[in-house]
Amino acid sequence: MGIFLLKRTGVMLFTALCLTFAVFFLTNLEPNLEKLTKSEGNMRMSDVEVQSWLEKNGYRQPLIKRYGEWLGVMPGWVRTDPDTNEKTGRCLRYKDAQTNEAPKFCGLIQGHWGRSLVFKEEIRGIIVEKLGHTGKLMLAVMLVMVPISLIIGIIAGMREGSKTDRTLSTFSILTTSTPEYVSGVILIVVFASKMGGLRWFKGTSATAMENVTFENFTLPVVALALYGLGYIARMTRASMAEVMQEQYIRTARLKGLSFFGVVLKHALRNAMIAPFTVIVLQIPYLLTGVVIIETLFNFKGFGWTLVAAVGNNDIELLLACSVVAVVVVLVTQLISDIGYVFLNPRIRVS
Amino acid sequence: MDRLSASEIFTSILGQFMPVWIGLAVILVISILFQKKLGLYGRLFTSPIGIIGLILVLFWILTAIFADSIITMDPLSQISGMKNKKPGWPITGMEGSYYLLGGDNLARDVFSRMVMGSRIVLVIAPAATVFAFMVGITLGLPAGFYGGKLDTVLSFLANLVLAFPVILLFFLLVTPEIRSTGIPLYLSGVLFLFPIIFFVLLFWTRFQEQPTKLIILLSITLVFGLWAYSGLAFNADPLGVFYMDPNLLNIFVSVVFVNSPTVFRIVRGLVADIKTRDYVAAAQTRGEKPWYIMLWEVLPNARGPLIVDFCLRIGYTTILLGTLGFFGLGVSPESPDWGMTINEGRKFLAVYPHPALPPALALMSLVLGLNLLADGLREESLRD
Repeated sequence: MGIFLLKRTGVMLFTALCLTFAVFFLTNLEPNLEKLTKSEGNMRMSDVEVQSWLEKNGYRQPLIKRYGEWLGVMPGWVRTDPDTNEKTGRCLRYKDAQTNEAPKFCGLIQGHWGRSLVFKEEIRGIIVEKLGHTGKLMLAVMLVMVPISLIIGIIAGMREGSKTDRTLSTFSILTTSTPEYVSGVILIVVFASKMGGLRWFKGTSATAMENVTFENFTLPVVALALYGLGYIARMTRASMAEVMQEQYIRTARLKGLSFFGVVLKHALRNAMIAPFTVIVLQIPYLLTGVVIIETLFNFKGFGWTLVAAVGNNDIELLLACSVVAVVVVLVTQLISDIGYVFLNPRIRVS
Repeated sequence: MDRLSASEIFTSILGQFMPVWIGLAVILVISILFQKKLGLYGRLFTSPIGIIGLILVLFWILTAIFADSIITMDPLSQISGMKNKKPGWPITGMEGSYYLLGGDNLARDVFSRMVMGSRIVLVIAPAATVFAFMVGITLGLPAGFYGGKLDTVLSFLANLVLAFPVILLFFLLVTPEIRSTGIPLYLSGVLFLFPIIFFVLLFWTRFQEQPTKLIILLSITLVFGLWAYSGLAFNADPLGVFYMDPNLLNIFVSVVFVNSPTVFRIVRGLVADIKTRDYVAAAQTRGEKPWYIMLWEVLPNARGPLIVDFCLRIGYTTILLGTLGFFGLGVSPESPDWGMTINEGRKFLAVYPHPALPPALALMSLVLGLNLLADGLREESLRD
């Protein structure tokens, strides 16, 4: 088990390195840097001025070195201007308050995530704050989605092929066919517009960051939960249906136990292994939904920040968001792998 | 003129879709008559879920084909005075003409845009899925069959792409800036090669004993394939038949890139399972070459799950295209692409819900149809 964990973590770290480098490369493309220069300097800069600005601000070093600096494994660049003798450098901003000395390394690992152009704030603070908002949303979605989908899946899989099964399965397919931007639009029209007439909820969650109410939080949560719900329910149903055909279920029934007793005591425990993996792996998929829903409902969380970073060419912020997203995906994959091994006694790693 | 009532709007729309109803009826009647001879497709008609799915999918295919005669207005032209008008609103100055589903924020006809939007989705989504399958199959077959180092490397690469959050990948890959760096061109240069490789291998392994047939098939593949390749990937088609707008190419390549690792994983898993069967051992004993076994023994026996996944994947691609449009990364700003129309309509949703609702429902019904069809096919193919 130890070796399995070690190997798995090693692969994960290597994957993380590859992915962050890919993101670094794609966000630091020449046109993006040019745009950055012009928004930092002024729009009418000539090509020569752009080049000299980039040179002065350390963007003209080899990409791999800049990646290393950003990650915090290579010392940050320092440059003295030949004309004005002015010192510039990556790490000068992070001077120690007491010694007034700049650290040698300043990157992701040291906790120096850079400064956002859009929000004019330290990125680490922004990310922590926005992740807090999105965390609330995710928690609410999970609390709604997981129990409902498991119940639907268990009831449908309990008696495969029955009328209940067919109805619930069709419902599951319907929800998996409704992406968040469609369900969001429909929910707003029905429950929050003049045309729908109901106006039970608000079509925007702009106030939900500080103050979550039933009125401003229900629609985004429902829209997000719906899309994932059907998928988990179908997986649970398949797993349940398979378990219900096992010999030991028949033995338990023939022994004279009640149907529901068998379902609750014998089937459920074994049928829950597969859905666990599916639920954990659903989190990365929720990420896309979170970006869509936060944009649609104007909920200023992590996804909204990602869109803002892309829209404003805020390279450092986009990089930070990407790191968070990649880490979320990789960690959930790791958890699902380990959890699967722990839950399933038939799998022995060594 | 008065505004049309709800029932009048409903009957007018039904009437506009007349070519689709006729086409649907013809296809369904013929299919049911020859049900016994149509294999898996024919057996689909025994499952109610499959029939509903098929009807929904056929409806949208036929809508895309007959879109020109279904639309009531030009989807791009703006008529003054029709901005955000409610469904069934008469057009001033044009006797007997109505905006059946109202006008959007730029005073264009919502109904015609929804109908025309089906064309974009139904061309791009299946085509991108086919390309993703070509890439996934061509790489997944040897990975699953040989295993070993090749498998390790390819699987790692596939997992790498899969670990990338989809939305992030789109934000990074589908931007106007990236086009000037040429990355979409390189990607398309690699990805568009796979269909040619696939078909060359397919014919080469099968018809080696029939040189004339082999030469004919290979030359057709190569001439046609390389011709299309030069035009689609590099816009260098000498005759100018094959051409893809740079923005469209960008989207297309990104969608193929996102989908192929999943197809790769499915194919790899299927092959690893099928290669232990007796008929594969028999072919090996006969002295067949590995690629013949992969393409002509293993692949046909993996078709059931692959067809089901193909349907699901078109639906998933449709959702992806909608997502792209939703973030304003669609085909072109003017085009009636469903995702983009939803995006334009969402800003005024609380006041004017009618422009966003039709494309949203259209997208949902198409994906629902594909998912139901996949479910029906799965049930039927399991009965084999």
